Amino acid sequence: METYSFLRHMADSWFLLAMTLGFLGLCLWAFRPGSRAAHQEIATSIFRNDDRPASSDPAKKEG
Amino acid sequence: MWDYLKLIGLGLLALLAAIAANYAHDLAYQVNAVTVMLAAGISFLYVLRTAGDPRPNLQHEYFDGVVRAGAIATAFWGVVGFLVGVVIATQLAFPQLNFEWAQGYLNFGRLRPLHTSAVIFAFGGNALIMSSFYIVQRTSAARLFGGSLGWFVFWGWQLVIVLAATGYVLGATQGKEYAEPVWYVDILITVVWVAFLVAFMGTLFKRKEPHIYVANWFLLSMILTVAMLHLVNNAAIPVSIFGSAQVQLYAGVQDAMVQWWYGHNAVGFFLTAGFLGMMYYFVPKQAERPVYSYKLSIIHFWALIFLYIWAGPHHLHYTALPDWASTLGMVFSVILWMPSWGGMINGLMTLSGAWDKLRTDPIIRMMVVSIGFYGMSTFEGPMMSIKAVNSLSHYTDWTIGHVHSGALGWNGMITFGVLYYLVPRLWNRERLYSLKLVSWHFWLATIGIVLYASSMWVTGIMEGLMWREVDANGFLVNAFADTVAAKFPMYVVRALGGGLFLTGALIMCYNLWMTVRAQPQRVTQHAAVPAE
Amino acid sequence: MAFLDKHKVIETNATLLMILSLLVVTIGGIVQIVPLFYLENTIEKVEGVRPYTPLELAGRSIYIREGCYGCHSQMIRPMRDEVERYGHYSLAAESMYDRPFQWGSKRTGPDLARVGGRYSDEWHQDHFTNAKSVVPESVMPPYGFLFNNLIDGRYIQDVVATNRMAGVPYTDEMVENALADFKAQVDPLGDFDGLEARYGEEAFGTPINVRNFDGTDALTEMDALIAYIQVLGTMVDFSTFTPVANR
Repeated sequence: METYSFLRHMADSWFLLAMTLGFLGLCLWAFRPGSRAAHQEIATSIFRNDDRPASSDPAKKEG
Repeated sequence: MWDYLKLIGLGLLALLAAIAANYAHDLAYQVNAVTVMLAAGISFLYVLRTAGDPRPNLQHEYFDGVVRAGAIATAFWGVVGFLVGVVIATQLAFPQLNFEWAQGYLNFGRLRPLHTSAVIFAFGGNALIMSSFYIVQRTSAARLFGGSLGWFVFWGWQLVIVLAATGYVLGATQGKEYAEPVWYVDILITVVWVAFLVAFMGTLFKRKEPHIYVANWFLLSMILTVAMLHLVNNAAIPVSIFGSAQVQLYAGVQDAMVQWWYGHNAVGFFLTAGFLGMMYYFVPKQAERPVYSYKLSIIHFWALIFLYIWAGPHHLHYTALPDWASTLGMVFSVILWMPSWGGMINGLMTLSGAWDKLRTDPIIRMMVVSIGFYGMSTFEGPMMSIKAVNSLSHYTDWTIGHVHSGALGWNGMITFGVLYYLVPRLWNRERLYSLKLVSWHFWLATIGIVLYASSMWVTGIMEGLMWREVDANGFLVNAFADTVAAKFPMYVVRALGGGLFLTGALIMCYNLWMTVRAQPQRVTQHAAVPAE
Repeated sequence: MAFLDKHKVIETNATLLMILSLLVVTIGGIVQIVPLFYLENTIEKVEGVRPYTPLELAGRSIYIREGCYGCHSQMIRPMRDEVERYGHYSLAAESMYDRPFQWGSKRTGPDLARVGGRYSDEWHQDHFTNAKSVVPESVMPPYGFLFNNLIDGRYIQDVVATNRMAGVPYTDEMVENALADFKAQVDPLGDFDGLEARYGEEAFGTPINVRNFDGTDALTEMDALIAYIQVLGTMVDFSTFTPVANR
C-alpha cells in the first residue's frame, strides 16, 4: 500500500499541476504574439504545388 | 548491385517460406507460408524482369502511382469489409447462416475478426497510407522519399491483409480484439510500418516548404503511436517457429490494461488522429479555403494526442482492473471531449462563408456529415465512459452502435469524400462521372448509419435494462435468453442499415470506375515544362 | 521576448516534432500500465488458482481460435444483477495465468467466468452441436465439427513450456508429463494419479475433472473445449478472499 499511496498523492498534486501548466503553456505558445502571419502562411501553403514538386528549394531551412 | 541483393533476399524468402510450409504445425500457418512463398516468387520475377532497366530521374514529379493503387485498394477492401459486416450482422439475426457444412470456417466467431480487421486495417489502413503519401508530397512540395519504398509499403500492407484474413478463417488468431494477427504477421506489420515511417519522415526531411503543415503532424503521430502500441500489445513468445500459436507476455489484468490501451488508441490514433490529418488537408482543399483556425489546430493536436492515450481503461470499468486505473481512464475520456470538439469545430468552421457549397457540392456535404458524426461519437464516447452510464452500456449493443457511428459515419464518410476528391485528380480527369450518384451514395450511407446506430441504441439500452431488472422479491425478471430473443427485430434493422451502406459503397465504386474510364482528360493549365 | 522567437523550431523541425509527439503519447501508457506490474494490491492473494492442465490449455486455444471472446465475456462485475445471475464477481487473481486474458467486451451470449460445473457435459455436447436444441432463443453457431477433429497432443508440451517461459508457474514435472497428463484427463478408468497430484486437491485444493468430456471414444477437440469450459470459475477458494478497500 505504501507505493500506491505515494503515487496517488503525487498524481493528485504535482502531476495535476504539471499538466495544467503544460496546457496553459501550449495555449500561450499557440497564441504568442507574431504567430498570426506565420500561421496564415502555413494554412495557405496547401494551395501551392498541387501538380508537381517545387523545382528548386529557395526557402528550405533545414531537414 | 541493389537489384542483385533484392533478388537474393527474395529468393531466400521464397525458399524459407517453402521450408516453413513443409514443416507447418497447423493449416493456417501452412497456407500463410505458401502465400508468402508465392508473393516472394512473384516479386522475384518482377525484379528479375526489370533489373537493369534505366531509372529516369522523377524528382520533378509526384509519386502518384502508389496513391492510385491505394485508392483502388481502399475502395476494394472497403466493399469487402462492409460485405463481411453485413454477413455477420445477418448471422446474428438468422443463426442458420452459420452453415454446418462450412465446418466452422464461416462461423460468426471467425468472421468477426475478419470484418473488424478488414474495415479498420484494410479499408482504414489503405485510406491512411494513400492519403499520407498524397498529403506529405503536396505539403512538402517534394517527391516521396525512398524510390520505390512506397510500393513496398503498399504491397507489404496488402500481404499483411491477405495473411491475416486467411489466417482468421483457418483458425490462426492471437485472441486479442483488433490485434488478432499472429506473431509472424505482427513481425511483417512492423517491417512495413517502419518502411512507412521512413518514407513519410524522409519526405518531410527533403521538403521544400519551410513549415510542416498540421495534417502531417497528425499523420506522423499516428504512425509513431501505432508503432508503439503494436509493439507493446503484441509482445508474445511463439510456441514454435513452424506454428501460428503464441503465448502472450502479459497475463490477466495487466494484459487487459495493455490490450485496451492498445484497443482504444487504435481508435484514437489509427481511426482518429490519422483521419484528422486527412480532414485538415482535404476539407480545406475541397472547400477551397484555409482551415478555420490554425492556432486551434495546434492546441487540438497536442491536447488530443496527450489525452487520448489515457482513455483505454474506460473499457474495463467495474472489472478486476484496480479502481484507480479505471477512474483515470474515465476522467481523461471526459476531458477528451474538449479537444475532440475543438477539432470538429475547426473542421466545420472551415466552411464559414462558403456554406452554400453544401447545396451544390455533394463531396463537401459528405465531408461535413463525417465531421458531424465525428462530433456525435466523440460526445457519445465520453458519456459512455462515465462509470454510471458504462455500468448499463458495457457488454451491450450500445457499444457496437457507438463504434459504428464513428467508423461508418466519420471514417467511412471522410474516406468516401477523399476518394471522390482524389480519383479525378489522380487519373487526371476533368470531373467525376456523376455528382448525382454521389448524392445517392450520400443518402444511402447516411440512412444506413442512422438505421444502424438507432437500432443498436434500442437493443443496447433494452438489453442493459432487461439484464438488471429485478422483481419486488429481488429476483431477476429475465433469463439471458429472453434478452436475445427480444433483440431480433432490431438485428434485422441493423443488417438492413449495413446493407444500405454497402450499396452506397458499390455505387461509389461504379462512379469512380466510370470516372476513370469515360471522363475526358483534364486540360493541364500550367505552362510547358522544359524537357529534361 | 527572444524565447518566443524560437517557436518556429517545432513547426519546421521534423525530428523535434517526432521526438516531442512520441514523448507526449508515451506518458499516459507509462502511468497506467507500469504500476500494475509493481503495485502489491493489483492482484489479490487468494488460494486455489492454478495453471491450466494441458487438456484445459488445449481447450482454451480452441475457445480463442473460434473467437468465442467476441460474444462471451469472462468478467463478472460487482453489480447486484450480475452477481445474482453469474456468481461472485471476478477477481484479478482468477485470470492471472490467462495469456491472453479473455475478459471480453460484449455479451451477445452470457458471461462464462463461472460457467464451470453449471451444466453437465452432455448438456454442453448438445449445446455445442445445436444450441437451439437446449436454448431455443440462442443465436450461437454450431460447433459439432469439433467432434470430428481428433487431437493427439502432439505439440502440447511445447505449449506448456512456452507458457512457463512467459511466466506461468508450471513445474519441471508438469512440463515433462504434459502429454501424459493431456491424455490422462479424458480417461477416468486409466491412471490419473500423476495429473491429480500435480494439479489437483493436494496441490491447489480442488480435484481435477477427469472424465470422458465429449462422450465419444476418441480424444477430440470437443473433449478439450468442454474440459476448459468446465473448469472456468471453479478454482478460487473464496474463504481465503478479503476485499481490499484501497485499490
